[in-house]
Amino acid sequence: MAANIVKEKLRPGRVVASIAAMAVALVWVFPVYWMLSSALLPNAVLTSTTPTFLPFGGSLDNFAQVFAKGTFFQALGISLVVTLVAVFCCLLFAFCAALAISRYHFKGRTSFVLAVLFIQMLPAEGLFIAQYKMMSSVGTATGNAIGLNSVLGLSLLYIAAVIPFTVWMLRGFVAGVPADLEEAAMVDGCSRAKAFFRITFPLLAPGLVASGVYAFLQAWNEFTVALVIMQKESMQTLPLWLRTFIQASATRETDWGQVMAASTLVAVPVIIFFLLVQGRMTSGLVAGAVKG
Amino acid sequence: MTKKIQWSPYLLLTPAVVILLAALAYPVGWQLWTSLTKYGLAQQFGQPPEFVGIDNYVQMFATPQIWGVIARSIAFCLVNAVLTVAIGVGLALLMNAAGKAARMVLQVALLLAWAMPVVAAMTVWLWLFNWHHGIVNWLLSSFGLDFTGHNWLENPLSFYFVATVIVVWMSVPFVAFSVYAGLTQVAPEILEAAQVDGASGWQRFTAIILPIIRPVLMIVLLLQVIWDLRVFTQIKMLQDAGADYTSTNLLGTFIYSTGVDSGDFGMAAAMSVFVLLLTMALSAPYVRSLMRQD
Repeated sequence: MAANIVKEKLRPGRVVASIAAMAVALVWVFPVYWMLSSALLPNAVLTSTTPTFLPFGGSLDNFAQVFAKGTFFQALGISLVVTLVAVFCCLLFAFCAALAISRYHFKGRTSFVLAVLFIQMLPAEGLFIAQYKMMSSVGTATGNAIGLNSVLGLSLLYIAAVIPFTVWMLRGFVAGVPADLEEAAMVDGCSRAKAFFRITFPLLAPGLVASGVYAFLQAWNEFTVALVIMQKESMQTLPLWLRTFIQASATRETDWGQVMAASTLVAVPVIIFFLLVQGRMTSGLVAGAVKG
Repeated sequence: MTKKIQWSPYLLLTPAVVILLAALAYPVGWQLWTSLTKYGLAQQFGQPPEFVGIDNYVQMFATPQIWGVIARSIAFCLVNAVLTVAIGVGLALLMNAAGKAARMVLQVALLLAWAMPVVAAMTVWLWLFNWHHGIVNWLLSSFGLDFTGHNWLENPLSFYFVATVIVVWMSVPFVAFSVYAGLTQVAPEILEAAQVDGASGWQRFTAIILPIIRPVLMIVLLLQVIWDLRVFTQIKMLQDAGADYTSTNLLGTFIYSTGVDSGDFGMAAAMSVFVLLLTMALSAPYVRSLMRQD
């Protein structure tokens, strides 16, 4: 150990690189820091001529004011319901599909996998016009149970958007649990269903959690489709709510302290969840390109 | 073993397939059909859409304004993708070269930026670039440049500059982490041997490191191109903050304003089909690389 430290100290290149890495880290994290810092400061301090770099004497007043608006909790509620419905259905359906493609060899398997991979690449920006028109006609037909400004309508579009990548992620996990394990349990007298729930399912739990968090992040952060589908103010999801929060500035000076407090409220849970799944997302997206 | 058709895999696939057909395949089909019709405000009020063949597409490529949107989108997408990948590779090399503690600090900083929800990130950047009280203008002014009260969104070029800064900031972490994972495949012994033999840093990079990380590099570049082509949220929110819409529209925001705002669904559908086709064509090599590991 001691030898290693000496060796590191002897290399000037490593010292320079370390300093550069710290400097870049500072630049990269600055916007996140600035959000937190501004959220703690009153607007009068934020709009003074010299910026305050450390939020000494800050308070949680901005947060209190955001909570006092009430629209925050309304948007939070909508976001929670839309996201939970989307995550639950997406996991269930994607899990079934992943079982099918990794445990069975059947006609059409390759085409399905190919379709899933292609669909995953379809941009919402190339589809939202059609989805908007579809939801507006479905809304007329179903009395707005599913349609524009409906929680189920938005959830449905989110499920479809997230299923492909979730199937792809789960497929890897299911394939990682050897079918032999299940078969061995069946030889020992378990039924197929029992063998599955006793043996395979617990081993898949980490995969389900990772995919669930991924689906959660996608639905929770989604902006484009929500903007098109949820046009009523009372049906806004959190990202839409945050957007209108700044737009209030058209008539009066924006209260940046409150806007940053609102951003912090939207971002912090996401950041925590994100850190949980980041590794799996990276490897899922570039799998095949990195050996090992 | 007797051969009989197994129904279970098909049953297991049914829910996923039904959802995908309803929420994606149907809209794609509707879009293809609508792109071949005249579907404007009159049709909104009940007139049946009139079949016009490829008129919308012809008009799309003939109208200078639309052509401009397409050209700007492609330019924006290429510039952003190349910058993102170049900076991402740079940071991956930096992670590799830095000491353990500094590397951890950089990784945490990048992860935080990556994790920011796009709308939250946009509000922060709007605050940073705020013309009146933003820190960017203050910093530039304190370096002696005259940026007090400078409006970044007024001029389209400076608008795209801000958009590029934001998009690159958000996208670099993914590239840096992916490339860093690729770099861990490079055995340090080979690099040391090359150094002993007198290879310069650049030679070591192009002759040893680059060939090993090329597959990752190709994939992240491709993904960046695909993602930057569809950039919407960032442009939309920058526009809403007070920019001129017509001169700053890219494909996503143009489709939005043509369809949702103006009700010209025929043209919006044609543009969407164009975006879908472009994305599909670009995705083909990526999908092929993923299929290889299946």
